[in-house]
Formats: sequence, structure tokens, C-alpha cells
Amino acid sequence: MPVLPSLIDPASDAFAANAGDMRALLTDIDGLLAQAAAGGGEAATERLRSRGKLPVRERVALLLDRDSPFLELAPLAGYQTEFAVGGGAVLGIGVVSGVECVIFANDPTVMGGAMTAISIRKLLRALEIARQNRLPYVQFVESAGGDLRGLTGKDADEALRENLTHFADSGRMFHDITELSAMGIPTVSVVFGSSTAGGAYQPGLSDYTILVREQAKVFLGGPPLVKAATGEDAGDEELGGAEMHATVSGLADYLAEDELDALRMCRDVVAHLNWRKLGPGPSLPADPPVHDPEELLGLLPADLRTPVDVREVIGRVVDGSRFEEFKPRYGPTLVCGWASVHGFPVGVLGNNGILFNDSAQKAAQFIQLCNQVDTPLLFLQNITGYMVGRDYERAGMVKHGSQMINALSNSTVPHVTVILGASYGAGNYGMGGRAFDTRFVFLWPTAKIAIMGPKQMAGVMSIVRRGQAARRGQALDEAAEAAITAAVEDFAERQSLGLYATGRVADDGVIDPRDTRTVVAMALSACHSGEVRGARGFGVFRL
Amino acid sequence: MRRVLVANRGEIARRVMRTCAALGIESVAVYAEGDSDAPFVADADRAVALGGRTAAETYLDIGKILDAAAVSGADAVHPGYGFLSENAGFARAVQDAGLVWVGPPADAIAAMGDKLAAKDLMAKAGVPTLPSARIGAGDEPDADVGFPVLVKASAGGGGKGMRVVHRPADLAEAVAAARREAVAAFGDGTVFLERYVTGSRHVEIQILGDTHGNVVHCFERECSIQRRHQKIIEEAPSPAVDDDLRARMGADAVSAARAIGYCNAGTVEFLLDADGSYYFLEVNTRLQVEHPVTEAITGLDLVREQLRIADGERLSFGQDDLAIDGHAIEVRVYAEDPAAGFLPATGRLVAWAPPVEPAVRVESGVAPGSVIGVQFDPLLAKVIAHAPTRAEAAGRLALALERTRIAGVTTNRDYLAGVLRHPDFLSGAATTAFVEQADVPGQRRPTPDELGDAAVAAALAGQQARRAAARTLATLPSGWRGTVMPPEHAVFVSGDEEITVAYRTTRDGTFDVAVAADRLRAKVIRCEAGSIDLEIGSRRLSYGVDTDGRTWWLHGPGGTIRLDEQERFPETRTEAVTGGLVAPMPGSVVSVHVAPGDAVEDGALLVVLEAMKMEHRVTAPHAGVVGDVHVSVGSQVAGGDLLVVLGEPS
Repeated sequence: MPVLPSLIDPASDAFAANAGDMRALLTDIDGLLAQAAAGGGEAATERLRSRGKLPVRERVALLLDRDSPFLELAPLAGYQTEFAVGGGAVLGIGVVSGVECVIFANDPTVMGGAMTAISIRKLLRALEIARQNRLPYVQFVESAGGDLRGLTGKDADEALRENLTHFADSGRMFHDITELSAMGIPTVSVVFGSSTAGGAYQPGLSDYTILVREQAKVFLGGPPLVKAATGEDAGDEELGGAEMHATVSGLADYLAEDELDALRMCRDVVAHLNWRKLGPGPSLPADPPVHDPEELLGLLPADLRTPVDVREVIGRVVDGSRFEEFKPRYGPTLVCGWASVHGFPVGVLGNNGILFNDSAQKAAQFIQLCNQVDTPLLFLQNITGYMVGRDYERAGMVKHGSQMINALSNSTVPHVTVILGASYGAGNYGMGGRAFDTRFVFLWPTAKIAIMGPKQMAGVMSIVRRGQAARRGQALDEAAEAAITAAVEDFAERQSLGLYATGRVADDGVIDPRDTRTVVAMALSACHSGEVRGARGFGVFRL
Repeated sequence: MRRVLVANRGEIARRVMRTCAALGIESVAVYAEGDSDAPFVADADRAVALGGRTAAETYLDIGKILDAAAVSGADAVHPGYGFLSENAGFARAVQDAGLVWVGPPADAIAAMGDKLAAKDLMAKAGVPTLPSARIGAGDEPDADVGFPVLVKASAGGGGKGMRVVHRPADLAEAVAAARREAVAAFGDGTVFLERYVTGSRHVEIQILGDTHGNVVHCFERECSIQRRHQKIIEEAPSPAVDDDLRARMGADAVSAARAIGYCNAGTVEFLLDADGSYYFLEVNTRLQVEHPVTEAITGLDLVREQLRIADGERLSFGQDDLAIDGHAIEVRVYAEDPAAGFLPATGRLVAWAPPVEPAVRVESGVAPGSVIGVQFDPLLAKVIAHAPTRAEAAGRLALALERTRIAGVTTNRDYLAGVLRHPDFLSGAATTAFVEQADVPGQRRPTPDELGDAAVAAALAGQQARRAAARTLATLPSGWRGTVMPPEHAVFVSGDEEITVAYRTTRDGTFDVAVAADRLRAKVIRCEAGSIDLEIGSRRLSYGVDTDGRTWWLHGPGGTIRLDEQERFPETRTEAVTGGLVAPMPGSVVSVHVAPGDAVEDGALLVVLEAMKMEHRVTAPHAGVVGDVHVSVGSQVAGGDLLVVLGEPS
């Protein structure tokens, strides 16, 4: 298989400027990651420790096989929302007793582990990953319950709306946990602390429950609620203590003496699952790329206006920089070809410009070819959209775009997407966007995701306003219009930033470009926990 | 002589077989059940299982050994040292069976076997002796020899059945204990008293005599470095013996040998006092453990001489043909814990490898995987350095010991190296009191930096091993994290110290390491099974690495560091029984002196344990009332087993 050449000049000023910009973005992200890791802060963490408890990240680290990699997902959930960065929980894929598992762990230092709209979203994403990829699911439960603060807010309508959304959302987690079990995907709950009301069903609906003595409290209603509801005086240990559940109610399968004991038990439970992945696993040499992944920092300009050859990215991600390109001279704005990442074969689709009629058709054909041989797809997005204009529409742009989206939608091999730069409009969809059951979507710090480019959006809206004014026969205040246009562009720009999306759990996280190979490999390995099988039915259409 | 049965085990059996092979003679091994996989059995051309586990059932069973000789078609028997080597009955039985006995005449063995009679004989021949007394049936000595006094087994050797007594009140118990040990070790409980001279030296003369009346001495060996009356370091020549003294002692040894009609190899032991006067102690009618130092300085192969003499040949040299070449020192590497009173240690030898350099002679009876049990002497190996000067020999031997790879069993290796580097030893002033007086660490005491380096090496060797064994995400970067997570860590315990090594993989494959207060950059250069080469900062370090369960042995500069890695998820511990007295080592219970409810004084004898043919007294650490007694006579106990619970005084 040919080795991709590299034509970039890492000594150039442009490269240095790009790398400088990228490092600045990464420094910001490192700050946010540190903020997420700090959870509820030092004082809350010390309070936790003083009670003999471990902070959530130590719990997770201890659960993992020593020296195994851990892929944290949605680490910046809640960024630029009213909720804490991180969403009060740690979510990731890690190796436990040799088995890749989805791990979701409440952070008790963040509002006592209370479930907010963001943490619910993160939890539902955790369950979705487990379901789509057939990964055993482990959750560390220590939660004060639902976040009731909305009810004391000033805007009663808003609070009610939030809580309705929140309440409706949270019900789904019960459904999804039991669904996992029914699908043959084991679920394990380790209860480190309170698990009250709805939260009680988290362990209740799990296949395995491990409760920590004198820490776990699992009940539908705690002492205050019981007193309020029935007048009964009951202590929390007798209502829902670990020992009671282990000896009387039978809710606890394993009674742990302490947190370490619980983690050991959890590892033992996973070890006995007799877990066999259904995918074929890595099958090709996993040698590192010949081109230095460090150089991924300097490839993309922050303003996304200069074109970048996506092959320079591919050559720094795939094994040995080997890439067998499909139809290189046809539809050249979409680079398609075969490669492998840490031994996992992939079909790569990367943007080298706008999607034209021929590039869309090439994509549709390539996706079918990959399905025919059960090869997962890796999308590298840097796309401003499908081409518009008279000639293209007349040549069947909608038809060709539909072919690509049809192929994508009905492709059954796993899809993993990395958004490198622009991700605008239908380009986001066609290139393995989140809405197309893509297994994992990661962003580079340079990613921008929007219905269209901010400038284009501001321009479109300005044209619309001018049309309205003209219809009404009003004169347009040009100064005011310019100010509005600038404000719209600025707002759209901010909303298009990768961090905005990631704060809303619209993706699986912003990654350091140098980690792309590692992250993609872990995502592919997770996909291989389930069956890796392409769509069948028709022969591959030559488009 | 075409086929020699070696009625022994371990290093000496291999030693004898090696010379047999050099002379074109086949060798036959006999072995106990626990030795079926031992190197000496593999070395032999033929081997016969004796059946049984204890010495009495095997290497001390004359009938079984003679049967083995018949089965294997052996025409000669070499007894090695210990076991039946000084048993006149065995020597006779061998000869009666028509086999060649590689040793002195049975009569000479018998004459010297009774040490008291031997002393009388020597006194008559004009050799100086120490005052001594017999002990009759009534436990009363027949003469007053004063105190301190040494209780010795008449049939003894190797320090077994030997006790120093400083006060008359302690004599009766010492005699009883020495008798029990002597019975267990030699089948003969006769003991006697001998005046104990402190601060003296142990100097012995090697003699060789043929059956044609020729007797020579092969100069002296000094064996003053002893613990529990057992030699651990021997050398030749003695730093305390000049040519004149050597000539006089040699002449006395030769006349002693002639007086008893001695032939074959033997050793005349003397006590050398500070003033240069010397006293006959005993004759060892066998090859000595420490014979290699004599071989080194004389160029002789003493086993070859033994075999030739037994075959009736004449000595091929006379006294004047012998000369001393340089200096040789031997150390005995034992499985024992010098820090705990040299108590025997047991276990599986995880690693055993002498160094490639410096050049030393190694006589070992073990191999990696050997199990050191309680049945036999825990000698692992003898290491001998021969150099032009004593200082060079000591230095070379110390380095060789530090470079020897030993893991799995506690040994006296560090202690021996410490003695070899001790100024009192190097000055030649050490006496038999050295071990008691000198402050030599029982185990190496690494500096905090050495400990930190070793811990980093162990942590990263563990990391490398885990990644190599990983089956999931095996090719991905070790411990990769894209977000902020706690570092990987390993916690080790060394003695009282706990060392935590926290590390993170960095993008270039090196490690960010935190150990103690230091932040370091470490890079693994090479890591294979059994070794790791790494850079810590700019320092390049290479370690041999052995593991057994969670225990690590790092073999590097200065010797070995043992680290016990803490369990990540410690088992929920059961509370230790307070006031419990535990067995200091594995062994069997000889006697129990208390019953539940007894009030005992501080120091009262509670239980006597026997291990390695030595008795160990477990006494009350404080006055109190005995609670539960967990053992009875004959109980087999492991080290750390609870024996007796002692409560506070009522």
C-alpha cells in the first residue's frame, strides 16, 4: 500500500502561526479540562476525603486496568451553560479486567452528584454508546437525586419548562438501562453514596449491584420524605443502607467493606462476564505514521479560509501513513481511500473542498464498497457544504447529494467522525454528522459547526431584512443594519465554535489534534465490541 | 574405580562428581524426595531415589545407601561432608560390602569421633589442648573447667549441639538442649564441656596422607568468622599465622595424623589465642566445606587426591613441593536472615545467578526454582575468590557477591559483603568474636536515592510487563489520557519505608515520574523479561529484575533491593491477635512449657521449636498469663504462625 508523501513545510511562517494559534486554543481547553476535573472544588473534595471517600476520578482510575488507555467522553459537557463544566459526572470508555466498558460516574462534589439537564444528557449518551457498540456498562452512583433548584428560580415559566424537559428526559435512562440488559449487554452499578427516589432505580434496574457499607443509601424516599408522606420515623440505614439491602431486601448483590473493596468487586464482576467482542478486531500492522503527528498542530489555519490537503492529516493518523486512494482523479474535492488505524481497517473520507456532483457520487459509491467488505468509515470533516449555483443544480446536485446521504444513512458499518475545521449545513450531515447514528464524533479545537458560515448567515439575514423593508416600503437605516449584521455574525461565530457544541453534548469532545490517531483507534476498538457488518441487498452501484 | 556413589547432596555432591568426571569416573547420586529435581541429581551419570524426606530416612540411612550402590553398580563411595562422612560404622559397612571407601580408615574416624578421647590422645602426643570435662549420666561434669564453658556434642560438627554457657545456673538446660540437637543431627547424644576462650581465632590445618605412610599438610585455613559456631567466611592463608607458626602447627598436625594412623584428607582444628599459643580442638576426618581455599592457594584438587589415595596410589608430591600462591577467601551463602539472629530462611529461589565478572569460583547446589526447605542445611553456595593479595581477594569477592543475582529467599549475602568490606576484617584482626561485636548490617541499607531509583525501575518494569501482556488496546499508548486524570502509580514497601511512584506517559513516550519529592523524566531504553535499562534524568541505570507475586528484586549497583508492591485493593485485614507469640521461622515444636492460665515471668520459656536441626526458644517478652496455646509437641508450624497468646499479668 502506498505511503502518503508530505508536502508541507513545518518551518514556514504560516505553519508556525497555525501551530501557535492551535496551542493557544489547546491551552484554553486544558484550563477547562482542569476546571472539569476539579469538580466541586478543593473544599468539597477535601470534605469527601475526610469521610474516607475517593474523588470520582480516583475511583475511575482505580477501576481501570493499570496502564490501559482511557477515552473520556464529553469532558466539557455544560460549558457555557448554567451548569458546571463536566456536567457533574465522568463518562468514558476504559478497560476493566481486559474488557472495554462504558463508565459513567457521578461526581459527588458537584451539587452532591445531583442530576441536571446536562448530566442527564451525558448519562443518556453513555447508555447510547453502550447500546450502539455493545459495550458493558458500569455506573458509579452517588447522587443527591434530581436537581430541584429550578423550582426556586425567579422565572416560574422558564423553571417549569426546564424541569418538565428535565423530568421527561430522565425517565429515558430507566428504559435504556433495562434495554441494555435485554440486549445482552451487562450493566453494573456500584453505589458509593445516596441513590434516592428515581436514582434508586439506577442500581435497581442494573444486572449487578455493589453497595458500599455505611455509604450507599438506596431508597425511594429518604427519612424526610417518609416522615412527610407517612409520618413514620425511620433512619437512613434501615430505610436503604447497604447492609440492609445485602441481607434483607436483596437489592445489593455484593456488599463492599469500603470503596476499594467495591472497585475490586466491580473488576471481578466484569472479569466473570466472559465477554467476547463480536467484531474481528485489529488485523493489520499498527506501526505509527511515518509523518510526525506533532505537525497536525500547524496544518489548519484558525480562520479556516486557506485550503488544506486532508491527505496531510490522513498521513499523520493512519498506520505507517499508508493510504490506498480510491478514484483520486474523479471528484477530487472528496478524498476517499483505505487505510488502517492501530490495525483496524477503515475507509477514510476527507474533504478537500466543497462537495460537487462528482465528489458526492464518489462518496456514495465508496460507502457502498466499504459496506460490501464490512469496513468501518472514518470521516474527516472540513466542509463548507454542497455546491450551490445554476450549473450544479441543473447537473443534479440535489440528486447526487441525496445519493450520498442515502448511502450514508443506510450504511451499517460503524462510522467515526472527526471535525477538523468547517462543518457547515448539509456538509455536516453528509460527512457522517451526529444525526446519522455516527458512533463517535470528535472535534478539533478549530472545528466550527453551523447551518452555514457566520458571514453567510449574517448576509442572508440582511438580504431578508432588506426585502421585508422594501416590501413595506420602508427606508433601511444602513448604520443600524450594519450593526445588526455584525452582531448576527458575531453571535453565529460564537455559536459555531466547537466548544459551544461540546458544552451541549452535541459531540463526544474536543481533542488535541495530536491525539487523533489514539482517539480514533479507541473509538474503532469500541465499535468492534459489537458486530461489524455492512449493509447488504443490492450490488454496489457504479455512480 | 569406575563408578563412585556420592552419599551426599547439594554443592558438595556436585563438587565431587565434577572431579570424578575429570578423572573419567562415572558418578551416582542418591537423593531424598525433596531433592528429586536438584542439580546434583541431574549432574550424576546415574541416580537412585532413597525414598523418604528427612535426613534420617535418606542420607543417614546406611542400608538404603548400600542398596543404592548395589543397584547402580557403584564400586566406591564418597561421603562428602556432614551426614555419614564421619560415621565409622558406615565406613566399615561400605568396605564390608566390597566397595572402596573414599575417606580415612574407619578406626581413625572412630578414634577422632569421640572428641574427648581424641583430645586425650593428642595431649599424650604432645599437642596442646584445652581443659575439658565429661558429663555423666547424672548431668554432672566430672571436672571443673570454669566459665564460660562450651557445651559440645562429642559426635558433633558444624556447630550443631553446641552451646556457650556463662553461668552455672544455665548449664543443665544447655546440656539438655545440646543433647537433643546432637541426637537429631548425629544420632548420638554424648556431650562434653570445654573451656571457652573468647577473642580467639579458629585456625585449621589441612592434611593429606596416603596408604603408604606419607603425610603432608597443605597449610592452614582461618575460619574465625562464625555465627552460632558455624563458619561463614574462611580463608587461606591466615593473616595471623607467620611462617614459623605455620611450620609448628603444620608439624603438630602431621604428628597428630601419624599418631592415629591417618590417611586420606583430613583437617586438624586448632584454637589460636591472641598470644600465639594454640590448642588442639578436634580432627575432622573428612573433606571440609572450606577446602576450596586450600585448593586455590596450593593448586591441588583435594577430591582428586582423595580418590587417588582411596585407590591406593601414592601422593605425587612431598611437603617441600607445596607452596602458597596468593590468598583465597570463601564465603558461604546461606538462606538465613542475619538481621534476625541468622535464623534459617525458607522459600523458593526465584533467581540464582553468579556474576560473569569478576572471576570467582562458585560451588552451588541450587538453581532457579530450587525450594529451600527445613529438612537440610540451608547452604545455597560457596563463592571463592583467589587473588595475589588478601585485600584484592576480599574486594573481588565482595563485588562478586553484590553482583550475584539472588531472589526469592532471604540470604546472608549482603552481610557477607559487609564483613568483607569491614575495616576489622580487612586489617586481619577479626576473631571468633567478630560477628557478635561488629556492626555489619544484616541486609543492605540502600540510600533514599537508591531506593527511589529502584522503585522507579520496578514501577516501569511493571508497566512494561502489563502493556506487553495486554490483549485489549494493546498497541495504544500506555496509560493514555486525553483529559485530567490521576496518574498511574505503584506503591512499594522496603523495610519500614513506603515509596510511591506516580507516573504519566508523555507524548514522546518518556515518563513524567514523581517519587518522594522529586519530579523526574524517565525513559525506558530496553525492557525484557528479567531486566530493565532506563534513563532517569541523565543517569543510565541497568537492573536485573525478578518478581514473585508482588515482590520485586532489583539487582543493580551495590547489590539487590527488595521491594514489596502493595496490593491495589488490599484484602480486608483480620485484626491481629494481641499478645500473640508467633513462630520466628518454620519448624516443628519440640516442647511446650506452658498451659492456658499459667502465670509466667518475663523471659520464661514457653515453647521450643526445632528447625534446621537447631533449637529455638520462644520466651515470654513480658510477665503475664498464658491465654490460648495453639501448638503441641510435634506440631509443624510455618514462620509467623501463632504459637501462644500471652495476656497481661493478672
